[in-house]
Amino acid sequence: MRRLMIACALSLCLNSAATSEGTQSFDQIERGRYLAILGDCAGCHSRPGGKPFAGGLTLTTPFGNLVTPNITPDQDTGIGHWTADEFVSALRDGRGHNGTRLYPAMPYPTYTRMSDDDVVALRSYFSTIEPIHNPVVSNQLPFPFNIRLSMLVWNAVNFTPGRFQPDPTKSQQWNRGAYIVQGPGHCVTCHTPKNILGGDKSDATLTGATLQGWFAPNLTMDERTGIGRWSAQDLVQYLKTGANAWTLASGPMAEAVSHSTSQMSDGDLESIAVYLKDQGRPAAVAAEPAPNQNMLRTGEAIYKDNCAACHRDNGTGDSGLFPRLAGSALVQAPDPTTLIRVVLQGSRAVSTTAAPTAPAMPPFDWRLNDAQAAAVLTYIRNNWGNAAAALDARTVTRARASLSANP
Amino acid sequence: MARKLPAKDVVIVGLGWTGSILAYELATAGLDVIAIERGPWRDTATDFPPAYAPDELRYAIRLDLFLRPDQDTLTFRNNMSQTALPIRHFASFLPGNGVGGAGVHWNGQTWRFLPTDFQLRSHLEGRYGKNFLPPDMTIQDWPVSYDELEPYYDRFEKLCGTSGKAGNLRGEKQPGGNPFEGWRSSEYPTPPLRQTFGPTLFAEAARKTGHSPFPQPASNLSQAYVNPLGLKIGQCSYCGFCERFGCGNYSKSSPQVCVLPALMRLPNFTAQTESEVTRINLDSTGKRATGVTYIDTSGEEWEQPADIVLVCAFALFNVRLLLLSGIGKPYDPKSGEGVVGRNYAYQTTSGVGVILKDKILNPFIATGAHGMMIDDYNGDNFDHSGLGFVGGGYMGAGQTNARPIQTRPVPAGTPRWGATWKKATAENYQRAYSLSTHGSSYSYRDCYLDLDPTYKDRLGRPLMRMTFDFHDNELKMSAYLTDRLAEIAKAMDPAEIAASPRKGPYNINIYQTTHNTGGTVMGTDPATSVVNRYCQSWDVHNVFVPGGASVFPQNHGYNPTDTVGALAYWTGDAIRERYLKNPGPLI
Amino acid sequence: MPWVPGLASPPQPWRPGPWLFFTADEAATIEAVVDRLIPPDNHGAGGKDAGCAVFIDRQLAGPFGQAAGLYMRPPFMSGAVTQGNQSPDAPAAVYRMALKGLAEYLRVRFSGKAFAALSPQEQDAVLSDLETGAVELTTVKSAEFFNLLLQNTQEGYFADPIYGGNRDMIGWKLVGFPGTRYDYRDWVDRHNEAYPLPPVGITGRTDWTVRD
Repeated sequence: MRRLMIACALSLCLNSAATSEGTQSFDQIERGRYLAILGDCAGCHSRPGGKPFAGGLTLTTPFGNLVTPNITPDQDTGIGHWTADEFVSALRDGRGHNGTRLYPAMPYPTYTRMSDDDVVALRSYFSTIEPIHNPVVSNQLPFPFNIRLSMLVWNAVNFTPGRFQPDPTKSQQWNRGAYIVQGPGHCVTCHTPKNILGGDKSDATLTGATLQGWFAPNLTMDERTGIGRWSAQDLVQYLKTGANAWTLASGPMAEAVSHSTSQMSDGDLESIAVYLKDQGRPAAVAAEPAPNQNMLRTGEAIYKDNCAACHRDNGTGDSGLFPRLAGSALVQAPDPTTLIRVVLQGSRAVSTTAAPTAPAMPPFDWRLNDAQAAAVLTYIRNNWGNAAAALDARTVTRARASLSANP
Repeated sequence: MARKLPAKDVVIVGLGWTGSILAYELATAGLDVIAIERGPWRDTATDFPPAYAPDELRYAIRLDLFLRPDQDTLTFRNNMSQTALPIRHFASFLPGNGVGGAGVHWNGQTWRFLPTDFQLRSHLEGRYGKNFLPPDMTIQDWPVSYDELEPYYDRFEKLCGTSGKAGNLRGEKQPGGNPFEGWRSSEYPTPPLRQTFGPTLFAEAARKTGHSPFPQPASNLSQAYVNPLGLKIGQCSYCGFCERFGCGNYSKSSPQVCVLPALMRLPNFTAQTESEVTRINLDSTGKRATGVTYIDTSGEEWEQPADIVLVCAFALFNVRLLLLSGIGKPYDPKSGEGVVGRNYAYQTTSGVGVILKDKILNPFIATGAHGMMIDDYNGDNFDHSGLGFVGGGYMGAGQTNARPIQTRPVPAGTPRWGATWKKATAENYQRAYSLSTHGSSYSYRDCYLDLDPTYKDRLGRPLMRMTFDFHDNELKMSAYLTDRLAEIAKAMDPAEIAASPRKGPYNINIYQTTHNTGGTVMGTDPATSVVNRYCQSWDVHNVFVPGGASVFPQNHGYNPTDTVGALAYWTGDAIRERYLKNPGPLI
Repeated sequence: MPWVPGLASPPQPWRPGPWLFFTADEAATIEAVVDRLIPPDNHGAGGKDAGCAVFIDRQLAGPFGQAAGLYMRPPFMSGAVTQGNQSPDAPAAVYRMALKGLAEYLRVRFSGKAFAALSPQEQDAVLSDLETGAVELTTVKSAEFFNLLLQNTQEGYFADPIYGGNRDMIGWKLVGFPGTRYDYRDWVDRHNEAYPLPPVGITGRTDWTVRD
């Protein structure tokens, strides 16, 4: 009997040593699991075809390649040997194990906004997932970028650590939405244009940015180039199902929808919508000169013969199948990267439980030459009340070359 | 030596309509399902986008999407006095291939059989007497009734989003629909397609002559629709490239559009393509299947063990697989004994061409299944006393296309080439229209399938042999239907009519339909059927033929797909509700 | 669902250049033949200018010519007409033999004049005789060959121009077929109205080019 009691006491001690960093209640772990969804950790740290959170996904940055680390609790190849403080400072300050500076491909500039409770919950969750042995060499940047010390300067210019501060003049819903968008949701990481160092342009928040050959659209309330014409319901439906009356998520956003936003709670999605709908409209931009009439006529003929069978003569498409072109912000975006890419290579929409179809746009690179692609894109950018800069053939030529170099 | 794979709960041979439906039904019931398809994966945007799908030469003439005869074909003869010879080039019927099967390139005509069709023999004998039927006609009652199958017709039509107008809603006749149809529990999922000029003119003439025209039920959708699996189907754009072609804008119901995206999300479902099942394996008792053997593209043989085997290939190849696997007693027409291969039937079609005066028909504006039809002369909807035949078919104006390599009607007697031909072709293209009849094909003792004694496929296995010809009954029926159609055509005030009733002998060179039925008939008596009313093999209880047209005891005057889909769901329910709870013979 | 960006399988466009299958003499004969089967007239170009001979040449040089995909296993036995073509000869071989037989026949009947050198009436007479089987070539069954030839010529006249025939979509213009256009929703209800848009093929139409 006494031996048994000593054994129990021993095991109790051991247990408490394991949990000395904080309680590991089911609630906290579950909260952490949900936060990992809000933060879309799987989007980078889970390679398609690989094990969950075992890393190994190559990220193409303007500075070179990084490979995402293994964040399972594996002692040798994961973060099992990290202390709790190191986990927190990775998310908060961009400093990992032994103070190693992280590259901001890991969105610590936005995760820094996350509350203490949330970070601790994430830590709880990541301590309990299956440890996977998967060695990863993360830093594959070329010299001089591979010198992590250079992050010292970068952080000085582009990074201000700090928790999210709610706005007392706004509703709880608004603040929740702001917290998600500015913090774990890290929307600015893709949707805010970057300065030359790769930091966010502070005066152009969420006005759209190009990365990995895709243009992440403008999320401001501009009615022509942003999502000003989307209702809150449109926003919620898009994030939840991947499709709404305007468009379908594809490209890198397909992954964000499927791993992250489609699994957010309805309440959180509504909060995001409330917050985004309350954002300002940037100053009006001078109208572009009207495109050449010949180009529009030609574009119209090409549209009729290639596009109308799905997107319709009146450009309204079909909700859940073919994006609406009339009034589309993506179509009128100053940066035509996504448009050209989708026309040349095609694209497949995301499949979610609510909207499993995942229709695909077929490629047209074999059928339309550069002048023809430019003409039809100019047409859709300027018809049905749309207004945007014309495209010339050279832009398409460059895009085509870039796509074949970086498929 | 075949290498053995990890066992699955269910192995499905063929991933077309029935394969996809059964895979979804059983995977969502929690079973581990693998489907093995001998053709390639097929996807809308990659394989038939609007940019190159509308290519008549490639798909309608060179048959790019269909089964290649050098992968599999049959031998054919009209009767037992001939030596069967290989069908070296498909023409009369065009078997599908690949994921989606013929569901990719069908027309979308979605018809139910009549209630009396399901009790064909007892109904006809009851009405006209036993001596009315030819002695060598081997038609049978189905082991299911229309009433039992009605909810499953409804289910398949809702899967497809079929466009139409109900004519009989829970017993109440509805204006604008088919007054002869069996009762429907609900209206069609989407409204009927708008009609082009040709069918509109036909409908006027049909009404004038005392018939009841209605829009053909079409799985080319009149408007966008979300089906019960959450899948979105688009609105048909009347491109006129339907049968033989994949649909480029997601508006023709197919496994690709209606099932596969939801099916592929299920982690317990796997598709193995470009792998051909060569036989179903049986245990030493011969009463239980242990799985299947298949061969992949590199020629490697694999054994896929499973607890349930579903034979979901095209009708003809279901029969062949059972014959090659030794399941069920092969039919011998001389003795009349045996069942596998028995009661093969087809379809008896005919046409009436009209050339109208000064009309602009724009015949290239078409869908696979739009059109105005009448059912007045189908089944036993009319009194056959004194006519000398049984059976019937729907008829009307459903010209599916005006693709110019194949469709350039000219007046009778026009030379086939030269200046006169060219002038006639230019002048008549816009004014000509094809009307058609789509008649039944009842079963006979001497119309059957068995294994050929001489010819082999690329794997060295015997080809299946088809012995078939039209019987007097069908030819008389065709003549009668064609005459009735010609009468209506006359009321269209044409400049010319050309009636072409079906004439024998059955010619393998002329396209008619790909409605090959029978060979694994479903029935109540193992002496005259291969599967029971749950489509379960009488001989091997864990083998099912879930609804492919090979289970039809005879073919009625309608396209088979709606019935095939309904029976697939019917079998799915039988497996889920009955077989899984108590594996064994269900009857 | 498996999907790859940029993956497409359009048909290979024909390339102008020398004959890939026909010899110069054979090509001259076929060009003359297709111009009788589909003569030039006020409705538009004949078979030759429409590119039918080029079409047939490219088809015979490709999988069609080799009977690719067909069941070509022995034994080859002749049977009833209803049992279909049982010939072991692929179309390319059939054409070669037929043209040889035709040359032989012309040597006898027209003292060796080439088909192209005959008058149009003489050409029509020869073709009619082949069509009906009134004249049997020594190398192939005339009527069967004629059917193949006529079929291929008409394919060439009406198939998508990407295959080498139907040049300038002349075949489609003959009948008023709009080609690969895929959406007629606005025209379904416009009964008895002429459809105004010009035809378009897989490789487009002239309206796709910006003209300044």
